[in-house]
Amino acid sequence: MSERALHTVEYRTVGAVSGPLLFLEGVSGAHFDETVDVVAPDGEIRRGQVLEVDRNRAVIEVFAGTRGLDVASTSVRLGGGSAALGVGPGMLGRMFDGSGEPVDGGPPPFPEALRDVSGLPLNPAARDHPSEFIETGVSAIDGLNTLVRGQKLPIFSGFGLPGAELAARIAADARVTAAETERFVVVFAALGITHREAAFFRRSMEDSGSLQRTVMFLNLADDPTIERLLTPRLALTAAEYLAFERGMHVLVILTDMTNYCEALREVSTAREEIPGRRGYPGYMYTDLATIYERAGRIRDRNGSITQLIILSMPDDDITHPIPDLTGYITEGQIVLSRELHLKGIDPPIDVLPSLSRLMSSGIGAGRTRGDHRRVADQLYALYATGRDLRRLVSIIGESALSEDDRRFLSFAEEFERRFVHQPGQARPIAATLDLAWELFGPFSDGELKRIDPDTIARYRGAAAV
Amino acid sequence: MNGAEGRVMRVAGPVVVATGISGARLYDLVRVGALGLVGEIIKLDGDEAVIQVYESTAGLEVGSVVHHTGAPLLVELGPGLLGKVFDGTGRPLQALAASGRGRYGEPFLGRGAEVPTLDRARRWEFHPSIEVGAVVGAGDVLGWVEETPALRHLVLVPPGAGGRVDGIGTGELTVTDPVALIDGVPIAMLQQWPVRTPRPVRRRLDPDEPLVTGQRVVDTLFPVAKGGSATIPGGFGTGKTVHEQSLAKWADADVVVYIGCGERGNELTEVLGEFPRLADPRTGASLADRTILIANTSNMPVAAREASIYTGMTIAEYFRDQGCAVALLADSTSRWGEALREVSGRLEEMPGEEGYPAYLPSRLAEFYERAGSVRCLGGSDRRGSVTVVGAVSPPGADFSEPVTQYSLRLAGTFWALDTDLARRRHFPAIHWTRSYTLYKLGPWFDEHVADDWEDHRRWALELLQEEERLQSIVQLLGADVLAPAEQLVFFVGRMIREDLLQQSAYDEVDAFCPLSKQYWMLHVIRRTHDEALRALQEGADPETIRSLPAIAGVARMRSWPPEDAESGARELESRIVAELEQAL
Ligand SMILES: Nc1ncnc2c1ncn2[C@@H]1O[C@H](COP(=O)(O)OP(=O)(O)OP(=O)(O)O)[C@@H](O)[C@H]1O
Ligand SMILES: [Mg+2]
Repeated sequence: MSERALHTVEYRTVGAVSGPLLFLEGVSGAHFDETVDVVAPDGEIRRGQVLEVDRNRAVIEVFAGTRGLDVASTSVRLGGGSAALGVGPGMLGRMFDGSGEPVDGGPPPFPEALRDVSGLPLNPAARDHPSEFIETGVSAIDGLNTLVRGQKLPIFSGFGLPGAELAARIAADARVTAAETERFVVVFAALGITHREAAFFRRSMEDSGSLQRTVMFLNLADDPTIERLLTPRLALTAAEYLAFERGMHVLVILTDMTNYCEALREVSTAREEIPGRRGYPGYMYTDLATIYERAGRIRDRNGSITQLIILSMPDDDITHPIPDLTGYITEGQIVLSRELHLKGIDPPIDVLPSLSRLMSSGIGAGRTRGDHRRVADQLYALYATGRDLRRLVSIIGESALSEDDRRFLSFAEEFERRFVHQPGQARPIAATLDLAWELFGPFSDGELKRIDPDTIARYRGAAAV
Repeated sequence: MNGAEGRVMRVAGPVVVATGISGARLYDLVRVGALGLVGEIIKLDGDEAVIQVYESTAGLEVGSVVHHTGAPLLVELGPGLLGKVFDGTGRPLQALAASGRGRYGEPFLGRGAEVPTLDRARRWEFHPSIEVGAVVGAGDVLGWVEETPALRHLVLVPPGAGGRVDGIGTGELTVTDPVALIDGVPIAMLQQWPVRTPRPVRRRLDPDEPLVTGQRVVDTLFPVAKGGSATIPGGFGTGKTVHEQSLAKWADADVVVYIGCGERGNELTEVLGEFPRLADPRTGASLADRTILIANTSNMPVAAREASIYTGMTIAEYFRDQGCAVALLADSTSRWGEALREVSGRLEEMPGEEGYPAYLPSRLAEFYERAGSVRCLGGSDRRGSVTVVGAVSPPGADFSEPVTQYSLRLAGTFWALDTDLARRRHFPAIHWTRSYTLYKLGPWFDEHVADDWEDHRRWALELLQEEERLQSIVQLLGADVLAPAEQLVFFVGRMIREDLLQQSAYDEVDAFCPLSKQYWMLHVIRRTHDEALRALQEGADPETIRSLPAIAGVARMRSWPPEDAESGARELESRIVAELEQAL
């Protein structure tokens, strides 16, 4: 991170230190939202931001934490302007900490320009609606929850579930056509994840040969928690530069947003704000939106920002405020299931609660295939019926099932084991759709209610050849 | 006195406290700081004014100047609104995108931009409809312009004005040119109105006509009246936006005001891109020609999100006053409620339920009560309406939360979105036993579509109710315990759910279903039920009935061309009847 202006005024009037906050008294000229330098008693300089100004008082959030700060000798330099990041092509292949300082031993890359990290809202009239299919090779995604370029899509994972593996797999496979590889880059933001997880991502980027086309911002589990509020904004500022000024297709990976939300809650609690659901602040929706909405495409520009967000559902609870508010903002979600994971399904994607809202603009003849929409609808209908029956069987036993019911029940099994389960190898979209037709085998044309007779006539049986 | 300067004392997010603004009144607009950020006074306490600022307050400091404008938040009304998108305070977003302001050029929204709502340069062909010497009052028609092929825009005497017409304009005029001189006062097409004040009407009427939407679950089961209101709560991804967009496309309204309040940018982009290419099934004109978008996306300033609802409503009332049937679609009212909560939280007000301010229910009521079917001001007998459809986004899809609960008290129609239905891709995921309508529209349908419409509707609702009752038995004991007639309820219930109520918004033929087709689809299902019941009573085998080849035709009714619905239905019915005969 770089500074926009020189810090000019210095105050030694800290009134209180509480949690991540510092209360400065007797101030004049503190600007709301500006960055400040907090000088610790030992001379160490920590970055902070003004959260509120009230007459002669300023409330400051200290990104690196307040440990070791005191009232007597800590001082604060105001006048840092809004938080900014120096951006330039030299960022590619580099690794930074959660506040934007290089941590790979190299010098800071030469900044071509300084950008305000909070970003500005994109004018909806200037956006271009995303519609370009991204083939991930994962059938449960490509077939049923198709991703498009410029989409923001979270993976709802859980502790011990392979959310990171799935994200890495998508990042590695989603580079689409060879001609476009040059323009594909990854911006990776680690938010409070472990060294092990960060190393995993690094390795997988290395394996897929994209490390040189990756920018990493790392705030790890043992890094200051409040800094996490800044890290995704740095990553997105870099992404906006690469996408909209350099014409690149940027895949932004944010992991794990649950840690981000917890940092947000910590600050809110320290400010003694009225808590919303489960102690998270009432403005969390808006705050998350200022991150997630920084995805998409702009008319008459070449680049795009696609966001892949990983979050852990506390207690596997999808109604928890973190997945809930995320789902209300993002363009769908991929939900991982512990039950499927235990069953050995890999990736353990539960397609029922999963959704891609931009799917319909990315599929169909000319994009994927003419039967895509109907095949997807039909898979859903059959699988949902099968799952209902599975529940019924657990209550009243299998003997109560009719012959018909049994076909649906075994469809659900087959679907999970053959369609969703897909360790290793990627499947092209045509193979995914053909596999679906194969799974429809036991059902008569009339039972495939979601597919029109023309489509059935055209595709049924064709796959078997 | 205008222009009395105040000073900022406190800045906390979108809320600024200032002192020293002389003559400050509640809801007056102020300009804050060097950039002149627009804000609105939302609370006065002694010399202190609390201001919600419509743009990011970053960089403000204690001592920043606050200018009092002396006026409340006004929206500009006149020709030039249709087909456009505005932010929550009425700034034209297409014009801003073209103006070259913003960070990397034009696509990002900077602060302090000032572009008027209506294009000042554009000329409209004004056709006067009165003569010099006439005496006119508020709401009387001065003339009209053809704003779009879909709408003849009436230019009215504004509320509060009236008298003798001393002069009347004609020909190509801009919105600020005078079109008439009334008692010496020039009247232009451009009029302004304070967004928080409802526009006056002659009187309110009973809503007795449906807003026809072409959505079967709505029109057939839970219709909303023109001038009524509906609420559609549902968890994320259950179909609120798709439903609102379907209504925006297919409802038989003259004007549609679509408010994207705290939702996704891409959803508005989609409407902007798609609507110009779609034809209104009634007029054949482009859908964009009757649509106005208000966009305050989730990442745009939260105070402007609060205002967006009122801006949209005032525009809707303006067209209502011309005698239009207007549909106002708000997605999502929860985000508006949260904006209230966020601002209130910064004021450290005493919170009510779930942190919402205690005035949430009264604000919601004020909003919903601006819906209505009315006799418009003015001499001619114009009738206009504003129908409100508010989406609600309950946390965790739990309908017991305040915004859902208060909306339920106010709205006449309730479309309950069900997460489980959405997950199994039953769309629209509007639940058939939990939803309801309080409007008595049966007589209208009986008169205009078929005289046994309401009778069919009742039958379908009762059967679905019965199916649900039986379902709970089956879940405990299995299907074996059901008598053949009860099994038939399942069989037919499933037809109603899957072959009638499901309707894909992405299906070219089925996205819009005219009333007559809706009627005939239900007619076939009911006839099938009645005939099958008779056959069962005469000893037919239930399994044979279920597998009759003609039955498969029921699932294909949705792809019938609307004009063939009646003949298709009669033919399918006779095939089913014939096969049942054979089965005996
Ligand atoms: N009538 C419909 N026909 C076909 N698909 C539908 C229909 N309604 C909803 N869907 C599907 O459900 C998805 C989610 O719908 P939508 O975006 O309207 O949800 P929402 O309730 O607005 O969610 P959020 O609260 O997060 O905005 C759509 O992207 C679409 O795939
Ligand atoms: Mg929505």
